[in-house]
Amino acid sequence: MRKASLWAWLWLLLGTLYFFVPLFATLQFSLKAKKDQLSLTAYQNVLQSPAFFQSFGFSFRTALITIVVSAFLIVPTAYWVNLKLPRLRPVIEFFTLLPIVVPAVVLVFALIRSYNRTPLTNSRTGTYILLVGAYVILSFPYMYRAVDTGLRSINARTLTEAAQSLGAGWDTILFRVIFPNIYISLLSGAFITFAIVMGEFTIASLLSQPAFGPYMNLISSSKVYEPSALAIISFALTWAAIGLLQFLGRRLPGRVQIVGPR
Amino acid sequence: MAQTIRAETRQIPPEARAAVRLSWTWVGVLPFFAFVAAFLFYPATSIVIQTFFDSARNLTLQNLRDLNQPFITSSYTYTIKLSALTALIGGLLGFLLAYAVTIGRLPGWIRSSLLTFSGVASNFAGIPLAFAFIATLGQLGLVTQWLKSIGIALYPNFSLYSFWGLAITYVYFQIPLMVLIMAPALDGLRAEWREAAENLGANGWQYWRYIGLPIVLPAILGTMALLFGNAFGAHATAFALTGGGSQSSVVTILIGAQLSSDALSNPGLGNALAFGMIVIMTITIGLYSAMRRLAERWLQ
Repeated sequence: MRKASLWAWLWLLLGTLYFFVPLFATLQFSLKAKKDQLSLTAYQNVLQSPAFFQSFGFSFRTALITIVVSAFLIVPTAYWVNLKLPRLRPVIEFFTLLPIVVPAVVLVFALIRSYNRTPLTNSRTGTYILLVGAYVILSFPYMYRAVDTGLRSINARTLTEAAQSLGAGWDTILFRVIFPNIYISLLSGAFITFAIVMGEFTIASLLSQPAFGPYMNLISSSKVYEPSALAIISFALTWAAIGLLQFLGRRLPGRVQIVGPR
Repeated sequence: MAQTIRAETRQIPPEARAAVRLSWTWVGVLPFFAFVAAFLFYPATSIVIQTFFDSARNLTLQNLRDLNQPFITSSYTYTIKLSALTALIGGLLGFLLAYAVTIGRLPGWIRSSLLTFSGVASNFAGIPLAFAFIATLGQLGLVTQWLKSIGIALYPNFSLYSFWGLAITYVYFQIPLMVLIMAPALDGLRAEWREAAENLGANGWQYWRYIGLPIVLPAILGTMALLFGNAFGAHATAFALTGGGSQSSVVTILIGAQLSSDALSNPGLGNALAFGMIVIMTITIGLYSAMRRLAERWLQ
């Protein structure tokens, strides 16, 4: 059996260096808040500031709302396409690829400009609706692909017909047959959406929302060590979300692609 | 009289019944389409259309001509160069890493760790990534200090807030994306093909030249196109590194600025900028889709 060549190990080493040095540097920087000694002062300052909790809570709530709205829109659609409208699949896939063609900046620009003189841009609730709407749109590619993969792997049509032949009504089919089988796929989509919303900056900042992303950016203009602490916290959070997703995803067929805010 | 009524109600033509059934099916997907229409389709097409109108509602190409100002064209060239460079570098390095863990036969646990890490790293982009690189290559950064201690002064010739600084930072989320897409694609390059080629007397270089590369090349090029689009659309990372308003900015920051300084700017200009970006992204994604379909002929 051929073993890995020296080149393979070399590239792995270089890659590891490139990826871990910035993380290590950030960690080390965040521990230097007190002169000449390693301390968690920066973390204390961050975790004790009310602004942190307000913005974190805001993004957290927004993420949950986004996930719920997105699930309510995607699951029936994916199910219907799988079951009754297979011809519609390319159309839906096109629509779920559109958010990649329209980057976040263009999306928020278009939203603000087109809804310019409506209450959607004049009020706090209005802009919040735009925010959630934009986030749901951003989540569509991942949610749809996750749920669709799940439905295809459990052969939704056969399951539905079997349930119907045993006399199940639609509510039984949806809630007791389909949903328990796809909730892992749904969770994987939910985790990605969560990571995206928590880290998002562009849309939140341009809609003047008090989210976690704009808070992090604001901190960087006034503090020196706290931004690094925030970066580590944010990385740990993303790691937790995506790591959990990968762990769950081992039981999933197909791959789940992960791309976030940039 | 009653009998006539009964006969009439029994005579609904079958086509009408089928139409009623069909419309109920479409109701299931209506919420999705309505949502996409309201929050994506309508705004995007509205911008595209508005690009060709001026404030007096007359049809015009002036907005597009306004794009010809030096600071805009230089921004487009800057962004295209940055995106192309990071797509190439990220693509190449990502491919080599993906190669190392698949065909390069590194142990299985390395592969799964790399893929998990890539999943996290491609999501680490934006503000936290900018902070991480400031802590690494900023003026007080770890690597900057280390290089100074061995005699190499990065500053003032190099700046993290310049083209190359942005490029190095962008590559951090480009490589993982390449790895995530190429590793499964390289799995599709079957060992049997290599063995068959060697059986017929081909050496390593000949295998790659005639079999390996032609098969993976569409996947590589397509993913590089995706990487290009990824970098072109990036906003948060560049914003955090350049502070949102310097001379050599990326196009996304220009568009964002159109919203902040609304009172002073020419609204048609913002539309034209957004339109230009949509055009470039459409071409990019079109390239990606075409390449992906080519790649799927051999690599399942």
